[in-house]
Amino acid sequence: MKKVFHVMYDDDDTLLVAARELVAKGIHINEVYSPFPVHGIDPVIGIKRTRLAITSFMYAMTGTSLAILGMWYFMISDWPMNIGGKPSFSMLENIPAFIPVTFEFSVLCGAHGMAITYLLRNGTLPGMPATNPDPRTTDDMFVIEITTDTNSMDEKKLEAAIKKTALFELSIKDVK
Amino acid sequence: MQKESAIREPLILGHKTYKDITDDVIRPITGPAPLGWKIMITISSIIAIYGVAQILYLIGTGIGVWGLNKTVGWAWDITNFVWWVGIGHAGTLISAVLLLFRQKWRMAINRSAEAMTIFAVIMAAVFPGIHMGRIWLAYFVFPLPNQFGSLWVNFNSPLLWDVFAISTYFSVSLVFWYIGLIPDFATIRDRMIKPIPKKIYSILSFGWSGRAKHWNRFEEVSLVLAGIATPLVFSVHSIVSMDFATAIIPGWHTTIFPPYFVSGAVFSGFAMVQTLMLIMRKAFKLESYIHVKHVEYMNIVIIVTGSIVGVAYLTELFISWYSGVEYESYAFINRFSGPYSMAYWTMMTCNVISPQLFWFKKIRRSLVATFILSIVVNIGMWFERYVIIVTSLHRDYLPSSWGEFIPTATDIGIFVGTLGIFSTLFLLFTRYFPVLALNELKTILKSSGESYKNKQDK
Repeated sequence: MKKVFHVMYDDDDTLLVAARELVAKGIHINEVYSPFPVHGIDPVIGIKRTRLAITSFMYAMTGTSLAILGMWYFMISDWPMNIGGKPSFSMLENIPAFIPVTFEFSVLCGAHGMAITYLLRNGTLPGMPATNPDPRTTDDMFVIEITTDTNSMDEKKLEAAIKKTALFELSIKDVK
Repeated sequence: MQKESAIREPLILGHKTYKDITDDVIRPITGPAPLGWKIMITISSIIAIYGVAQILYLIGTGIGVWGLNKTVGWAWDITNFVWWVGIGHAGTLISAVLLLFRQKWRMAINRSAEAMTIFAVIMAAVFPGIHMGRIWLAYFVFPLPNQFGSLWVNFNSPLLWDVFAISTYFSVSLVFWYIGLIPDFATIRDRMIKPIPKKIYSILSFGWSGRAKHWNRFEEVSLVLAGIATPLVFSVHSIVSMDFATAIIPGWHTTIFPPYFVSGAVFSGFAMVQTLMLIMRKAFKLESYIHVKHVEYMNIVIIVTGSIVGVAYLTELFISWYSGVEYESYAFINRFSGPYSMAYWTMMTCNVISPQLFWFKKIRRSLVATFILSIVVNIGMWFERYVIIVTSLHRDYLPSSWGEFIPTATDIGIFVGTLGIFSTLFLLFTRYFPVLALNELKTILKSSGESYKNKQDK
């Protein structure tokens, strides 16, 4: 049995101030729900920078290698074609003509690989249920979620600390 | 919070709150369809159906029903293809390049410009597809295993590069657009009351809940996608231009083509964005979000790219003489004085002279003038491609094989049809999708909103 506090704020700046106050008191904030990215909230609640950009680079490099390997096989190794008498057996001399496709294929793999990873890591996929505590958090409200099981403070103290912030609304739920 | 200079015009007019932004943007989705919208979609879908019928007729009969002949093997089809791809360049330029430059005004127009991009690229893809004649063999453009014969596709050919460029551009633009749409669909989902629309938007929103970590990833993904989409935008039209530039046809065989085509594409793309935005802001009462300043910014892009295009035309003309190649110089003399000189002078007037009018602040900030000039530019850019393709082909090295091209009803029907399909898709988009990136707009409300800016001064 744990208690979940959903503290609602009506402004992003108020939310930021409140989050800083709560964290300063040693309270752990589980989650923040907001209609748009609130800049500056990530370090306060301990969210590290995502590594998705690195995955994109890796997918793009996979694309680059696949494209070069593929074109070497199609055009040089398997069936060299005589196109206007240009050298067909040499990879090195054909490389300039292969650059556009290599580039396009790298972008294709980098973009789609990252987008798919992003959706999977978020768990946002077609048909997934919405998990925001209140429908207003996709409009103009900002919610901080605090639970008793991740905090050493007892319920009463938590509630008192929360109520000291400039909150708009507070809902407390029991969750098993 | 970011501060912005007080003398800079606000991007969001009026005393808007976060809630007002949501309400203003989703009003066309939740409310009943306006009469004007119903009339427009009826007209455009009739044209679209006519276009589809013409395409089916073409596929059933063969491309002989076009006015093509042995001399002019590419005409309206490839003209339309290049024109549509060019239009499709503005969306990703706005969302990717302007994102990298941190231009906040892009947020009002990026969503619908990207939608325009996607629909324009779909229209563009129709033309090389049906131009193949036997469209059911279209899979031959992909490098498939060799059981079809001992041939792979030719990776040295710009036509194949184009297959990769256009398909990458289309799919990456689609992903970029959709990733931005997910949080906005979530906003609509939480506002919908009727169960069926709610369910549909719930599926479309992928269960987005606006968690801090998700927003953190969202911003990173947008930035990286913008970073890799930027060179993509430039590469796509460069490759389209190489379809021509690597051929040895006089009038095509020029190294100036890639930058000239890219700026032409951005030029026509922005003109199309202007045409659509000016109608949309009025129809959906979005005047507070897309206002004169946005129009002015876009007109500045039009002057810059239009001037680059103008310089490119003159350079081409000069080089054809300066090169001393008689075929090359004839190709250009024939352009401005031959049988297609009307098309050439239309192109020159519409693309070189008309955008220069935007140097006048009055014209640049006038919505009516912008609307008219944006259509003029689009007509001019269509003629540019027509001039490049048809006048170069119809008279080449051998005078005995010279010929002329006259469009048939099918040529015209398919082009008009794609305009119909495009506007049908765009109208459906404006009715069922959030036309402004509403959640992104909220992030600039405090730094660029009118009422907040006034407060900052005090």
